Amino acid sequence: MTHPMIQFDKVLKAYGALQVLKDLDFSVGKGEVVSIIGPSGSGKTTVLRVLMTLEGIQDGTMYVDGEPLNRMQKNGVLVDASKAHVRRIRSKIGMVFQNFNLFPHMTALENCIEAPVHTLGQSKAEATEEAMRLLTMVGLADKAGHYPSQLSGGQQQRVAIARTLAMHPEVLLFDEPTSALDPEMVGEVLEVIRDLAKSGRYTILLVTHQMGFAKEVSDRVCFFDGGRMVEQGAPDQLFDNPQNARLQQFLSKVLEAG
Amino acid sequence: MDWRWDFTFDVVLPKMWEAAGVTVWATVASFVLALIGGLILMLLKTHRSPWISRPATEFIEFIRATPLLVQIFFLFFLLPDFGITLPPLTTGILAIGIYNSALCAEVYRAGFQAVPKGQWEACIALNLSTYRTFRDVIIPQSLPPIVPALGNYLVAIFKETPLLSFVAVAEIMQISKLIGAEYYRFTEAVTIAGIFFLVMSLIAAFLIRLVENYVKRSILH
Repeated sequence: MTHPMIQFDKVLKAYGALQVLKDLDFSVGKGEVVSIIGPSGSGKTTVLRVLMTLEGIQDGTMYVDGEPLNRMQKNGVLVDASKAHVRRIRSKIGMVFQNFNLFPHMTALENCIEAPVHTLGQSKAEATEEAMRLLTMVGLADKAGHYPSQLSGGQQQRVAIARTLAMHPEVLLFDEPTSALDPEMVGEVLEVIRDLAKSGRYTILLVTHQMGFAKEVSDRVCFFDGGRMVEQGAPDQLFDNPQNARLQQFLSKVLEAG
Repeated sequence: MDWRWDFTFDVVLPKMWEAAGVTVWATVASFVLALIGGLILMLLKTHRSPWISRPATEFIEFIRATPLLVQIFFLFFLLPDFGITLPPLTTGILAIGIYNSALCAEVYRAGFQAVPKGQWEACIALNLSTYRTFRDVIIPQSLPPIVPALGNYLVAIFKETPLLSFVAVAEIMQISKLIGAEYYRFTEAVTIAGIFFLVMSLIAAFLIRLVENYVKRSILH
């Protein structure tokens, strides 16, 4: 039996009376690259944040690779997950943040080996070797000894990607990875993400405002509005022949802005 | 003013020397207690369960809202009623330590909250344990604001130790009072006590600045 890599089953997320995700049903297949687009406040970033367990949900169940994330089986019934269970399931997911969130007191290399050494239990030599391989992959081997403050935004984001990959995730979440960057640095980061998407090794969920990029790398694009997934489809279909009025309106605004 | 050097050297200084040791010990022990107690109180106060955070918050408020001297008396006279009889010095260290725990808890809380939310989130995304999150990510980044504030409390604790003379701890103020009472001469003893506090405070401030600079240099780049 095949199951989706990620599945949201009637997920409800609310801040007080404000429902950010309304009974969301949503799934992503293994190895699929899915972009989420939508206006601000549509809940698109929240999808990533609840999946990374940065925020709790009020109702529903999220599954990762067929296993419940926020619940667990106990005596045949689903109960709220223990911390240990969440950590185990969560280890399959990695996240790249809009603001990089590198550890400022650690060098690029130290950022990349911190979790592999202390969470995965790798030896320092082993973790360093892999981190250097990943930093080389993102084109920053020569910056391994630099602190985040000594790197440009684009370089910091590439280090952050390497740091995430060092944890061997199967699912990669990108939360507006180029929104905090100066325009001339967007390309270098997108290039790294493009390679990851094309490698087929990862299931990728990408929240972005870069419509051209979403169209290029995605297998599927989902449009969120008001806490619901309003429309989804292959990139060509969704961008060139949008059905929903809100999506048409959104696209015309975004494309107008260029 | 009538100042007698022979009296200063033969009587005052030898007695004060021993008392200075008690003062320093009371300071260091209270400070260590406050450092650890403050961390525990902060963790309890910020605990998710209100059954834990509320009592901790109330306790901190209670401690902060009552004078230290009252708390010293309280422990000194009340603990025996509960079958706990401690030497005055231990009671005093306990009182000063608890009092400053409540103050240090606030320092820790402010320091940890100053660490951007994104740092905590990166720790979750990297699946770091709570221990590693604090040890490797949060504490190093919160030290620059925390260290100077804790340093101020070290000096404050030092200057609070004379309160222990009220429960007859043989610290420097108590001894200078005793010398005064015994010889009907207060000038030398009280002056020496004052100079001792001044010199030690200046040394402490200097050391704190060294630690502060070291922390800044090794953590911020």
